[in-house]
Order: sequence, then C-alpha cells, then structure tokens
Amino acid sequence: MDLVSTFVIYWADNTLILGHRNSEWTGQGPILEQDIALSNIALDLIGQARNFYQLAAVRINRIDKNQTLTEDDLAYFRDPSEFRNLILVEQENGDWARTILRQFYFSSYQFLLYEELLSSADRDIAAIAEKSIKETRYHLRWSAEWVMRLGDGTEESHARMLDAIQMLHPFIGEIFTAADFEYEAAEKGVCPLPEKIKSRWYKEVNSTLASATIPVLSADKISPNALSGKNGVHTEQLEDLLSVMQILPRAYPGVSW
Amino acid sequence: MNTEQIISILSEVRDPEIPVLSISELGILRSVEMTDNKVSICITPTYSGCPAMETIQEDIHSELAKHGITQVEITQSLSPAWTTEWMTDSGKKKLLEFGIAPPTPHGCSQNGNDHPAYCPHCHSRNLELISRFGSTACKALYRCLDCQEPFDYFKCH
Repeated sequence: MDLVSTFVIYWADNTLILGHRNSEWTGQGPILEQDIALSNIALDLIGQARNFYQLAAVRINRIDKNQTLTEDDLAYFRDPSEFRNLILVEQENGDWARTILRQFYFSSYQFLLYEELLSSADRDIAAIAEKSIKETRYHLRWSAEWVMRLGDGTEESHARMLDAIQMLHPFIGEIFTAADFEYEAAEKGVCPLPEKIKSRWYKEVNSTLASATIPVLSADKISPNALSGKNGVHTEQLEDLLSVMQILPRAYPGVSW
Repeated sequence: MNTEQIISILSEVRDPEIPVLSISELGILRSVEMTDNKVSICITPTYSGCPAMETIQEDIHSELAKHGITQVEITQSLSPAWTTEWMTDSGKKKLLEFGIAPPTPHGCSQNGNDHPAYCPHCHSRNLELISRFGSTACKALYRCLDCQEPFDYFKCH
C-alpha cells in the first residue's frame, strides 16, 4: 500500500474504531437523550470511516490492478496489526467521564486536522474533510460542554474527570508524533505534520479544561510516544474489539441480509 | 423520456424519515444526465453516517423502474458538501407543518447560535434546548416553555 493510502486508512481506522467504541454505549447511556447523542456521534464517525475506506479501496485497486478491495474487506478482514488507529481510540470506554474526555480530545484533534485537509493536494481527501468537518464541529461542541458540566459539576463528577485525565494522559503523545505515512503525505502536500496543529490543540483543550476547573495539560510533561497504533502495534483492547466487530462477516463470509 | 421528466419522477422519492420532504426539496438530488439509454443520477449525502441514503438509492431505482427505466447509475458526490442552505422554501414550509422546526437561515454562520426561530406548535420564541442530538443526527431536541411541547429542530449544516 502506498503511504498516502495508509494515511487514508489511518483516518478510516480512527473513525471506525472510535465509532465502534461509542456505539457500545447505545442502550447503556446515563440519560436517554445523551445515549441518543453519543449514538448519533458514533453513526457520524462510522459514516466518515466508510468514506475513507471507500477512497482507500479505490486508490489501492487503481494502483494494483489485481486488487478488487471493497470497504468491507478493509473494515472486516484485516487483523489488528494492520490497523493504524491511535491507541487513544481503541481503549475500553470506562465511565462516562472517560468517554467524554476521549471524545473531546479526539474531536479537538480531528477538527483542527480536517480544517487543514480542506486545502489538501488530494481533492478526494479534501472532499471528505469538507463533508465531515461540519459534523465534527457538533461533536466538539457537545463533548466540550460535557467536559465543563462534569469538571465544574459535583465532587464526584469532578473526581471522575480527574481520573479520566490521568487515564488518557499516556495516549496524547502519539497524536502529535508523526508516522512514516504522515511524513510522506505531508511532503506531497496532502496533510500537515501533526506538529503544525499541536500548539493550537493544547490551547483549545486547555481553555475548556480551565473553564471546567480542571488543571490544564502541559505539553512539556507529555512525551512524544514511541509510535504504537500508527505503526500497527496495538494493545489487546483492539484485539478484543475486533473479535466482536468482525466475527459475523468472518464466520459467514459472503453472506448478506 | 427527457431529464425534466426524470426529475419530475424523482420528486416522488421521499426522505424515509421525514416523508413530507422529497429528495429535491432536501437538496440531495444534484444532477440528472441521460446518455444513450442510461440515466446517471448524482446525489449527495446529508450526514456521513445517514442510514437513509441506502434506502433513498433503492427508492430511486424502484421509482424509475415503475416508469420502465432500469438503466440507472447512481453516484454520490461529497463535494461541494450538502448544506441546509440547499433546502427549498417549500421544503422548509412542509417541515414546519409536519411539526419540525426548519433550519434557521444562515444559522450555520453564527458560531453556535443555531436555534429554531419559534415553536412549530404555538409559535412562541420561549424555547429551551434539551439535546443537540435528536431522533436522527440531523435534528436537535427542543422544548417550548410556553406550550410545554417538545419538538425536533432540523439543524443548520
């Protein structure tokens, strides 16, 4: 696979895996309206994943005429080591606070990156970003409001947010550590290096954390991770997730209903 | 058959979730072209994950088949991205009659001040947001503080 296609897969995997994790809340949410809200966000993310997978399939099939990949092949028939998503998104949901914080971190990143992708040299990627950014704006607003509600809420909600901050701390570094496909894509003008949006991310995130009476993040205290998810090295959380997500098409290949 | 006739047939294809609206009124139908005996239709999705798009495509095929047109190709275009600004005035009026507050004009550009203009039931402006996400991704849930009725708002997009 060429590295720009890998970049597309990276975004397909991020949105699919996070969409799947969010969908695990469906029917389990603390309040009906928020159950629905998170389910809608999951749906948006999975829709974005489909757009990216479809594009990746077209690209791969174009480069290698022997291939006839579809979005389903990519989503359901790859093994964990072939996935490129951030470790952040494959983690178990934990409580509502952790889910909210994960969404907030991810949507903040996604929004800033999609803004940059609007002027990507690859017009197909730019089109997906143009479509997706409107939805991501809503995800960001919703999750930021929840960060504030919980952070500046009760003693318990505040404590749970602090726990969430601690639990997700190790996964932030990877966002801003460029993988080989990001270097390649950046060179081709397809996307920016993550370094370019790093200080904006910290500024936006910290502004919300401060409003939520949560201690702000310090970029110095977050070491760039040795690359993991982006390089296909995942935690067992992803294996568990995929064993559920992929079981039906793998057990009954070719079936439809 | 010419393209005008095809477009007229397609105005019978409704949004499965909001059956008062046709795909033309929603601004989903982008173009119709005829080459030889094939009809090429381009539609644009509203929200990325909108599950109604599959149904709409099936409905387009079956509506055209009723008129004997079976050589149909449907493509989806992502750019320019669908916006509620493409919804027709008649579409907005039908939404209101159906009990859904239509998207406020230019609400998208107002940095978070995207609210319904008034309650679709009693027309009061005394409204309260319950949730930014309603029964579908495209709608938010509001309550009228005067008549106490909850209602969906079709968000600016």
